Amino acid sequence: MRRVGSILVVALLSSLPLGAAAPASVARGEEVLVERSTSGTHGGRLVVALRAEPRTLNPAAAADAPSKEVIGRMTADLIHIDRSSQMTEAALASQWKRSADGREYTLTLRKGIRFSDGHPFDADDVVFTFRVLLDERTGAPQRDLLVVGGQPVRVSKVDEYTVKVTMSQPYAAAERLFDSMAILPQHLLKDAYEKGAMGQIWSVATPPAAIAGLGPYRLKEYVAGQRLVLERNPYYWKTDSARRRLPYIDELVFLFTGNEDVQVIRFQSGDSDVLSRASADNFAVLARDQGAQRYQLKDLGPSLEYNFLFFNQNDLSGKNLPQVAAKQQWFGDLGFRRAVSRAIDREAVARLVYRGRAVPLWGNVSPGNRLWVNTSIPRLPRSISEARTILTSSGFSWRPDGTLIDRQGRSVAFTIVTSSSSAQRTEMATLIQADLKELGMNVQIVPLEFRALVDRVFQTFDYDASILGLGGGDADPNGEMNVWLSSGSNHLWRLGQKTPATPWEAEVDRLMEKQLITLDSRERKRLFDRVQTIVAEQLPFIFLAAPHILVGARADLGNFQPAVLDHYTLWNVERMFFRPELRSDRR
Amino acid sequence: MKRAAPIACVLAGLHLVVVLAGFVAPYDPIAQTRALPFAPPVRLHFFDAAGGFHLRPFVYALAPDPNNFDAYIEDTTRRFPVQMMMSGASYRLAPGVESRLHLFGVEEPARLSILGTDGFGRDVLSRLLHGGRVSIGAGLVATFCALLIGVAFGTLAGFFGGRLDTALMRAADLFMAIPWLYLLFAVRAALPLHLDTRTTFLLLVAVLGIVGWARPARLVRGIVLSARERTYVTAARGFGATPGYLLRRHILPQTVGVVLTQAGLLVPQYILGEVTLSFLGLGVGEPTPSWGVMLGNLQQYSVLTSYWWMFAPAVALVAVAISYHALTSIAHERMRLVTN
Repeated sequence: MRRVGSILVVALLSSLPLGAAAPASVARGEEVLVERSTSGTHGGRLVVALRAEPRTLNPAAAADAPSKEVIGRMTADLIHIDRSSQMTEAALASQWKRSADGREYTLTLRKGIRFSDGHPFDADDVVFTFRVLLDERTGAPQRDLLVVGGQPVRVSKVDEYTVKVTMSQPYAAAERLFDSMAILPQHLLKDAYEKGAMGQIWSVATPPAAIAGLGPYRLKEYVAGQRLVLERNPYYWKTDSARRRLPYIDELVFLFTGNEDVQVIRFQSGDSDVLSRASADNFAVLARDQGAQRYQLKDLGPSLEYNFLFFNQNDLSGKNLPQVAAKQQWFGDLGFRRAVSRAIDREAVARLVYRGRAVPLWGNVSPGNRLWVNTSIPRLPRSISEARTILTSSGFSWRPDGTLIDRQGRSVAFTIVTSSSSAQRTEMATLIQADLKELGMNVQIVPLEFRALVDRVFQTFDYDASILGLGGGDADPNGEMNVWLSSGSNHLWRLGQKTPATPWEAEVDRLMEKQLITLDSRERKRLFDRVQTIVAEQLPFIFLAAPHILVGARADLGNFQPAVLDHYTLWNVERMFFRPELRSDRR
Repeated sequence: MKRAAPIACVLAGLHLVVVLAGFVAPYDPIAQTRALPFAPPVRLHFFDAAGGFHLRPFVYALAPDPNNFDAYIEDTTRRFPVQMMMSGASYRLAPGVESRLHLFGVEEPARLSILGTDGFGRDVLSRLLHGGRVSIGAGLVATFCALLIGVAFGTLAGFFGGRLDTALMRAADLFMAIPWLYLLFAVRAALPLHLDTRTTFLLLVAVLGIVGWARPARLVRGIVLSARERTYVTAARGFGATPGYLLRRHILPQTVGVVLTQAGLLVPQYILGEVTLSFLGLGVGEPTPSWGVMLGNLQQYSVLTSYWWMFAPAVALVAVAISYHALTSIAHERMRLVTN
């Protein structure tokens, strides 16, 4: 036994990274953020399996999830949304003040803190960052968020540690805007920006010395096709309650796997320490295998993600799609959509597709979003007879063999396209297919490769119906603007509208625009409740279910506090540590 | 020498069961029983809960365990004896012939899922049998197409020779070099999104058959080439026999052995072809079962590791392939004896 113990110690020592930068001691005048009631021990390495390789480390270009997952650990923002309380908290800005008219924010920055390369941080970096993000040449995905009422926000320097942000109109919850807007180091990027080369900076292959951020970790090593290693940022601006600098864990290793199953297998075998989001099926496999107690699994309850069925109601003039156009007569009929909605067995979706780890949905806001969900939306149970009544009053009838026909006598048949990479959505389609068969509708399912699906939904409009999921970003309704505004880029059922196609879409536009500039939170809630009611009545999306967030981590990982907001598990990585008394013998 | 009869009987039995799938299968293969997802194979009992013996096997109804998604508890309060020749879901025995008679079954609410259920509560045995129709059917029809084209082209090339021979054999080379999986991807992408099951099935068969004619064509050509020069053929020709007569009477009978062996090899190969394509989502779509569609579920790690009965189509596939190969090797041996 003792021998095993000593081998263990050797193994542990050898697994410790040699030469990890020791945390710099806190300097006088350095305005660090002290995380109260946080204590842990330094050391160790945390391994995370990513589904795909990150495409870039450039915060002003990253759009894919793996890139954001890595960049989020290397950078910091001015005002941060605490993932567990869902409220804003001080980050690089130690405090902020809103002007009485709600158009101007004054942010006070932390003094004496440094980038991960040791260079001091001040207001110039903030001004530079927003100049870069707002410059159309950069092509930053964040730019849309920073344009308020058609005007980009203005960021100006007041003094070395104060900046002023001005907007053309009051903007509700403007401080949430700053979350995840990574502050860039002017000293490293100024030249590239002036040359107009911001799109090319900071690829995964860039030497670590050329990259710096304000996050808890900095780049150490990248091995193409295998892993990306981050090491502690020795100058990170947060400390624990004993004023020891965070993060606790020395190294963060991202392994690249191909898909969710591999991710789960690697977690199960102990190759990775944290599992960010598992499907209910895989969660069940892990739960069954938990005999060894090597990991902790958590079901955090409903996520903010909503899955839905929707019909193609796009304007097809100018497209040569006569078959789809003929079916749009049904898709545009509210009675048809209501009948479909009444016929779908949402409980079965939650139970069979997600093994009960999901909630059935009748509106666009998941119960996981406690602050904003409109609980008065009726949760109409499945009723084939109701659905038949609705269809009859919309002019549909049935052939003797049970086939549903419309007024012109055409039999109702359509295709649902799903992503072949999402087993869950294809399973939902299979359930819906059987449900609608009971109404006499003939539904075909076509799983497509995800890009082909996106191409059909966003570009060619060559599809009848599809099942997709949205949401999961911020809890605030502003994150949903691009879905519900009739001109929005995710207004999936009818894209590219110049003017609202229907009166109710015009009303949703008005409500969404109004909540954006309303500062009273109760009034905002009232406005957004009305949006939810209209959407649930008009059914542009037929909502199905919101899956739970299912995560896991090694049993000895301390301060593991997953949240329902993205990033679910690593959002507080700087506070995580390995509990020595529980250190498992797996490595 | 091995005996062919038992193997032939097994194979004939397998095909008969699949042809009569509607009758043998206890349930409708696409009917979902949503209360019973991933229910394990039902247990046949002879002894009841009190220990009493019953000659006729019986089952208990399954109740889902409320705490566990895929766990079930047997409700032992009532026995459901297995009944033969039972009335159940309606099916089509042959075009125009509807029937409700099933070989065996139990009364509702119990279910006689001998091979368990899938994620939608559909009976795996029923899906296996109905799926066999698609998979074995595709194999047989595709083999027939391939051999028809192969024998025709091979005979023409071998018998007439010259430019026709060169052209046909170069075409065969080309077809053998085509990566047929990618050809199918391309064909599927070019077709409209919405294809019903029958069209998809015919498409599958057509592609498998058209791509597969080259090998039998070559073999047949070789035999025709050598047969054409045999003395009795030359003699018949000398007596003024027409090419049609020569082919029918002297040459084609020589190829029967090769054609039968090829058939025995091609059928399992094409069944596997259908399985591969459906596995990749290019075959018949949900909810119609085929062995490939059913095995496609095993792509999910959770299904692969949790529900062994979902492997049933793989077992059926192996059994069919082995039977065909065994029969082929026996047939091959016999033919050799005959020709020698």
